[in-house]
Amino acid sequence: MIEVRDLTKRYGDKVAVDHLSFTVEPGRVTGFLGPNGAGKSTTMRLILGLDYPQSGTATINGQAYHDLARPLATVGALLEAKSVHPGRSARNHLLFLAQTQRLPRTRVDEVLDLVGLREVAGQRAGSFSLGMGQRLGIAAALLGNPQVLLLDEPVNGLDPEGVLWIRNLIKQLASEGRTILVSSHLMNEMAVTADYLIVIGRGKLITESSTADVIARSTDQSVRVRTPDAARLTQLITEAGGKAAPGGPARQGDPPGDNGAELLTVTGLHAAQVGEIAAHASIVLHELTPVASLEEAFMELTSGSLEFGQHGTASVSAAEGSTR
Amino acid sequence: MTTTSPADVAPPPVAGPGPGFTGLFASEWTKIRSVRSTAWTLILFVVITLGFTALFTWLTVSNWNGPKAGPRDARVVIDPVGFILGAGLGLGQLTLCVLGVLVITTEYSTGVIRASLLAVPRRLWMLTAKCVVFAVLLLVIAEVVAFGSFFIGSALLHSHVPVSLSDHNVTRAVLGAGLYLTVLGLFSLAIGGIIRHTAGAVTTAIGVVFVLPILSGLLPSSWGAHVNGYLPEQAGTLIGQAVPPAGGNVLSAWEGFGVFCLWAAVLLAIAGYLLQKRDA
Repeated sequence: MIEVRDLTKRYGDKVAVDHLSFTVEPGRVTGFLGPNGAGKSTTMRLILGLDYPQSGTATINGQAYHDLARPLATVGALLEAKSVHPGRSARNHLLFLAQTQRLPRTRVDEVLDLVGLREVAGQRAGSFSLGMGQRLGIAAALLGNPQVLLLDEPVNGLDPEGVLWIRNLIKQLASEGRTILVSSHLMNEMAVTADYLIVIGRGKLITESSTADVIARSTDQSVRVRTPDAARLTQLITEAGGKAAPGGPARQGDPPGDNGAELLTVTGLHAAQVGEIAAHASIVLHELTPVASLEEAFMELTSGSLEFGQHGTASVSAAEGSTR
Repeated sequence: MTTTSPADVAPPPVAGPGPGFTGLFASEWTKIRSVRSTAWTLILFVVITLGFTALFTWLTVSNWNGPKAGPRDARVVIDPVGFILGAGLGLGQLTLCVLGVLVITTEYSTGVIRASLLAVPRRLWMLTAKCVVFAVLLLVIAEVVAFGSFFIGSALLHSHVPVSLSDHNVTRAVLGAGLYLTVLGLFSLAIGGIIRHTAGAVTTAIGVVFVLPILSGLLPSSWGAHVNGYLPEQAGTLIGQAVPPAGGNVLSAWEGFGVFCLWAAVLLAIAGYLLQKRDA
């Protein structure tokens, strides 16, 4: 289990992670979703003790990473940034890691078999393709047979075969009861891999819930309506096939008092339909606002995070590719 | 590529104590031996040192009593072992500065530092193990090269100035040269750990070892000599001379070596502090 509590990290005056809290439970794949620059990699580095937070804590099975006696036997990590010497062979890379944990040499060959790199284990890692490099990273993560795995953008740059392999591996590892946190900036990828989603943007938690729930919500369009005649409008909306629930989340610019008007959250009808229904029945509306779905909110954040200019019109995945 | 499922693989034994230093030493040894730069730099060290020892000694012998050779010949007669060791090691030590820096800066340039610290989150343990393994490797090679230089040099010099290990302070000088080179390697490793970039760290290490003495030589003589005497290279190389240099030095051979060790220790402490404190 991974627990992140009130984690904050600034680089200079740029806030990368902003009072972030979440829990990653064992036995399921938890997707860590957010646009590029949302703070996913930073959060993972903070959990792994590579970077130090300004405030907050991150623990793995109740312990800070720093305090783990044999960290690789508890946590396996695949970082997005390269962490292999191009002149060192795959076997020697895994060997020096295994030796720090007093793992037997045979374990190196086991994980090499597991990721299918046995035949090329003696070659310099610098000669590896992107996919082979990713497999080597997975081998390093699985070296100590850890119960907790953190995988940062594991499918990035892989060919379809590689993507499928990673997806199946992740699902299998989760089915063995492990705790798995997988980050991605692609909602579609998360939809097929993750059971549970933690969505962040600009270092802040946007939402967390089951993947099915997030997908349902992101296709559900809702409309905020404020009216003094809530009871009659609710009835008309229900007759028109929609659903109106009293109340809704507070938003910026809400009037201080309710001025006798009640807030309703309408689903199943578009804002235009609600307006027409109200006009036909001569019901006064104080507010009629279509609410952006999660997907739209996500896209908004995504375009906002591509603030560097040259990627302005490029797709998210293209922008991601060019940063590698 | 064929793959097996993770479930097919038996979990490794989890029992037993934590990794401990034996594992860390083995790990750092694997790291240092498995990159080509180590072997190449050490080969260069051996070839340059032995080669220039032979070349300079041979040139000196073949120009013995030649024009303007008087003061030099006199110095060779006074301290033959100091001359022999200074001839090749003066250049050869450059390669060890580079290797000392590379041992740690390549971890940063390649990103291996992240893998290293994930495996050993006690960062000072990792740095300590790295220093110990590197120092042992250097000590063995530097002593072999120091004795090799001495035997090549003394054989060439034999007809003019016979010198043997049993002469006063000679064995100490040869052993001391190896010790100096070992500490120089750690000194450079510390600079690499502080600066973290290869080019900057190599420039700094070489600047401190080779350029500072020249600059301090420009200082007014009274306190210039004192400043100069305490500089890392000036203090450290005293131990490789059987007779104190002409004009004398403010420090004795062992004092000088102590000062040099202190330099290295302070820099290593700074490197350790920064490693512990900075984001990786």
